[in-house]
Amino acid sequence: MSFHPHNSSLNEVNGAGALDVSLGPQHPSTHGVFRMNVRMEGETITKLQPVFGYLHRNHEKIAEANSWLGSMPYTDRLDYICPITNNWAYARAVEQLAGIEVPERAEYIRVIVGELTRLQNHTAFLGFILGDMGAWGSALMYAFREREKILDLFEWLTGARMMVNYMRFGGVRCDLPVGWLEKARAYVETYPAFLDEMEQLLTGNEILLARLQGVGVLSGERAINGGLSGPVLRASGVDYDIRKVDAYGVYPRLSFRIPRGTVGDCYDRFMIRLLEARESIQILQQAFAQIPAGPTLNPAVKQRGFKPPVGEAYGRIEGPKGELGFHLISQGGDKPYRYHVRPPSLINLTLLEEMCLGTKIADVMVILGSIDIVLGEVDR
Amino acid sequence: MNLPGSGILKGMAVTAVNFIGSFLDRAHAKRLITEQYPEERPTLVETSRSFPFLVFDGDPEKGIRCTACKICEKECPPQCIFIVKDKDANGKPILRPQIFDIDISVCMGCQICVEVCPFESIRMDNIYEVSAYDRFETLVLHKEQLLKSNVYYRQIHPTEAAQTDARIEAARVKKAAAAKAAAEKAAAAKAAAAAKAAETQPEPTA
Amino acid sequence: MTALTPEFVLSRIQAALPEARVELVPNPSPSGQHALVVDRQDALQVAQFLKRDPELLLDYASNVSGVDYADHLEAVYHLFSIAKKQGPITLKMRTGDRAREITVPSLTPVWKSADFQEREAFDLFGIRFEGHPDLRRLLMWDEFTDFPLRKDYIAPDDYAYEPTPHGAVIQKAQAHLSSVAHPASSPNA
Repeated sequence: MSFHPHNSSLNEVNGAGALDVSLGPQHPSTHGVFRMNVRMEGETITKLQPVFGYLHRNHEKIAEANSWLGSMPYTDRLDYICPITNNWAYARAVEQLAGIEVPERAEYIRVIVGELTRLQNHTAFLGFILGDMGAWGSALMYAFREREKILDLFEWLTGARMMVNYMRFGGVRCDLPVGWLEKARAYVETYPAFLDEMEQLLTGNEILLARLQGVGVLSGERAINGGLSGPVLRASGVDYDIRKVDAYGVYPRLSFRIPRGTVGDCYDRFMIRLLEARESIQILQQAFAQIPAGPTLNPAVKQRGFKPPVGEAYGRIEGPKGELGFHLISQGGDKPYRYHVRPPSLINLTLLEEMCLGTKIADVMVILGSIDIVLGEVDR
Repeated sequence: MNLPGSGILKGMAVTAVNFIGSFLDRAHAKRLITEQYPEERPTLVETSRSFPFLVFDGDPEKGIRCTACKICEKECPPQCIFIVKDKDANGKPILRPQIFDIDISVCMGCQICVEVCPFESIRMDNIYEVSAYDRFETLVLHKEQLLKSNVYYRQIHPTEAAQTDARIEAARVKKAAAAKAAAEKAAAAKAAAAAKAAETQPEPTA
Repeated sequence: MTALTPEFVLSRIQAALPEARVELVPNPSPSGQHALVVDRQDALQVAQFLKRDPELLLDYASNVSGVDYADHLEAVYHLFSIAKKQGPITLKMRTGDRAREITVPSLTPVWKSADFQEREAFDLFGIRFEGHPDLRRLLMWDEFTDFPLRKDYIAPDDYAYEPTPHGAVIQKAQAHLSSVAHPASSPNA
């Protein structure tokens, strides 16, 4: 029997008690236009195929037709939950390609906005995964209330809440407005209390434990082979954080710990976000204390008509969802010859089937939610 | 080992505290309140941006800053700007746009046109109620709709407008100084030439 | 990043697999990420060695991208070692003539992470990865026949909305709209 759920009606039973179901592309808890073809025996998953491309915009082709700077606003639209880190990854790849120095203050600003982005991504994740378990309401509302306040800070700084277009090659577009740093610092100080509240709300909840613990277990070795990155990789017990390994920007000057999971199940992937959010607060507090005065953009870099030297570079950062990389090839022109995004959301789905096999269909949503994908980045 | 169900009760305590707290939190320290749009209008931050507009000083015809250099048209990432240079009666191109269209259904408000404009002519507006029935007629803004005065710009982005005005003033002063210096230099050169000419000329005999 | 030079990797490969054809191609960019171009016949063997070798342990194929050069296609792999926290090493495979020899071996059996990315390179560039367990289109639909990221790709002119607002395009788009003759297409209706 061929594996085409869209051809088979729900009543048709394939083979010995197997049923093919197309999940998506519009299921509310599938995080966007994502579709999975699953084959079930009873409620147990025996096969799962993700189907991509519903949000495909050929970002890479558009970038090849645009100037180097012109791709910057498009990167906002990859992972639209955390646009600033997308900007950062692209800027860092171009800086590697052209050998551009970044002023110290700009590096600190990047760390501050980057960690705020991580904070709001992980907070939103806590809400989303509860939604995947069927608990729409309190957790998501609390998470979005806090995310809203961080987005307000971004709007004040960049003029837009999500489509920020903030980083530039060799720095950031504009300096922090007067009073921004104080407001951000005061806000971050209230954050641990919010995380305490979330922990009290969620981590001891018996239903949540039953839904998350022991579901979708993934070993560290498989996670590495499958190219998983970010919190999902670390939840499987692998000590790998690009902020430490590549030591880019001013991260070597900031002390923080890398949380790791022990089991590699959904609960570890859930908890690791909470712990990482706490480490982000540590980083932010140090960055607020250390940020120097100075220029925020390297004046030697010409943003308009930017032409990097011939060559290629792969630059990456630790985005909130994992390793976000850009592979850029320049032939000396004012447009990229090749522009490739390494999307963590897509590659983290590589092992989705492996994690889901043998679980019940209701757990598939939770496993998908625990990976934390954004379809703008999966399909580009 | 906790009592079974105690985790759920703890969570419910948190929701109860939030529920009751939202009534008591009059200072809005924590809660966020739904804005009663459209009766209640949002207060926009100063940097807030939506779509570009063209700045003019004084008169919308004479005071237009845009010189139709087409840099923004070239740099615009989604290519939503269309410019045609104006021509005078003899067909000679003049530094002014005849057509300046922005398709705001394509524009993504990235602000790159503002950054690349060398004449401080294109700036970001903060209007947000632009929905229309027709995609082609009403969402393509023409020059007349795009032109807005510098006074308006000062109202919506005071800090940025003050910086722009200072830059323009500095450039004007510099240009005036340069012109003055050039004029003085020319006058000096002329005087020197005259003096030299006077020197080389034989003394008129009495 | 710990220094793991392509020169060193090349010397390890040459010591262990003397018959493998691997070439170091310098990268003139300040990034200094020089590439190892491996012949497609030897690629699988070299990849297995890179992953296994205790000095290299390149266990993480982070990024796979296709590139279209005018005369050939290229599959680029960026390899890292999580065990030794080293990288990146750029590994490239070249196809022959773009029309007929578009096959390179799939490295998915070595690094599972290449699975979707090789499918993407197949989808958008038309590089055939031999030995890939499930080589289907990833982002475009199955019935699509062309390869959009190739430099000679011509976009079909069959859409109503175009990204410039000037007169000719508006006329063209309206002509298109009326030619579609969709009774429900008028928003005022």
